[in-house]
Amino acid sequence: MELTEEEEQALKGEKGETLQLAYRILVAIGEATDAKRLVPVSWAHLSGVNYNTIGDAGEEFLSKLSQSAKVKIKTTLNPMGFDSDSISKYSLDENFIKKQHNIKQSYEKMGVIPSFSCIPYEIFDLPEKGTQVSFAESNAAIYVNSISNLRTNKESAFSALASALTGKSPYSDLRINDEPDLTIRMKIEKPSELTMGLLGYFAGKVAGNSVRIAGISQLDKRSCKSLCAGLGTSGTCGKFLLNEKKDSEQIDFDKLEMKKIFDELNTTEKGNIIALGSPQLGFEEISELALSLKGKSFRKRCLIFCPRLVKEQARKVGYLSELERAGCEVLSDCCTCLSPLIDKNEVDSVTTNSVKGAYYLKNSNHVQVNLKPLSQIIYDETK
Amino acid sequence: MTQKTIVKGRASGTVMKSTQPINFLGAVDKKTGMIQDQNHDLYKKSIKNSILVFPHGVGSSVGAYTIYSLKSNNSAPLAMVCLKADLTVASGCALSNIPLIVLSQDEFDQITNGSKMTIYAD
Repeated sequence: MELTEEEEQALKGEKGETLQLAYRILVAIGEATDAKRLVPVSWAHLSGVNYNTIGDAGEEFLSKLSQSAKVKIKTTLNPMGFDSDSISKYSLDENFIKKQHNIKQSYEKMGVIPSFSCIPYEIFDLPEKGTQVSFAESNAAIYVNSISNLRTNKESAFSALASALTGKSPYSDLRINDEPDLTIRMKIEKPSELTMGLLGYFAGKVAGNSVRIAGISQLDKRSCKSLCAGLGTSGTCGKFLLNEKKDSEQIDFDKLEMKKIFDELNTTEKGNIIALGSPQLGFEEISELALSLKGKSFRKRCLIFCPRLVKEQARKVGYLSELERAGCEVLSDCCTCLSPLIDKNEVDSVTTNSVKGAYYLKNSNHVQVNLKPLSQIIYDETK
Repeated sequence: MTQKTIVKGRASGTVMKSTQPINFLGAVDKKTGMIQDQNHDLYKKSIKNSILVFPHGVGSSVGAYTIYSLKSNNSAPLAMVCLKADLTVASGCALSNIPLIVLSQDEFDQITNGSKMTIYAD
């Protein structure tokens, strides 16, 4: 990869340790993706916020980094481990709370917007089409590449952080152009959002950097987010196109393939609690949920995860009180994935409609998972 | 060997090989280096101090922090060898100074689990 004189100096450490570290990361991913040069990016979205995921090593790294580092471009953040407003209602240990606050402070010190959301595409204004950004949250990278016509690779926590500190990223893969050489043919009629999540998880396993998906006539917000999240969980794919290319390799996603994925992730027939929001629910989904719960209430605990901004909107229009009346605990700043609020010492099993949520609940929270579409959850679990 | 160096360094050790990709965040215990995903062929094996040979990383971008945590907890592989370097593994290894190389399919196929391997990536 060719570097400008200024970039070369930064890599050598002439502009300080922070930039040297950032450029070392950019050069490694540039080599990994055969980039010829770096390009400017205008927005970085960082993962690596939840203490559960980054641990003591991550907390210490960020604390040290924040002593001298400042972000150079608009930088937003993924969810953390809890909602500060309701922290006292959950039995979290003090060490977790302290470490999580340190992480939050480190990011804020570096100039990062404390958005704590995995759906930045629903709460921030988006730049114009074709803009280069650097998104580490996989569902968000896939969403903005596929739906919003922005350009990002499926960044890692460190590559997006390096972009935030330098305003640059290697010009490669999905940032240039991409012609998927694989088409997945969707063979399941009337798919629910869960079906779309399973399709995404399947596609992620077989696709390269991008994939075509044929046979989908419409894609509502919930299904689209579910597809993005499933796709981001199982592989390295960072973009989908909803069309078919006749001369490309084709693979069918049929009932048999769907069952295989379902059986891999669904481990029980019933959950102790319900968790909705992986990715976090946007205002549209919160509205739909509030309306569909009219006159009903959940028989068991139902955790709902959404961005703070969405929760405030929901409060203003009365949806929040409607959801709370129906027995929901609405949490902002955190999400289903690796939430310490779902502890295997208190909860054996979780019902969710999220394939991404299922993967992490099972492998990281070590709880059993019961997968169902939202409509079925409301039908089975409310009175 | 037509290797491509992503992160420089030298290492010598025993190969821990998988033909399945690895989701570092979900599948690896960041303290011990133990694989905790029951569906993975390295389930209950530790990647600590191994030459970890696998196709590429998948899934969560926070996996880069897992690699950094492994290194900080002295539970990281000595080096990694991939077929394709994804951004999570490449950036995680870059920050943690874990040598990372990419090999061709043929070269990758010839590596056997449990064998000794020395990496010179300068």
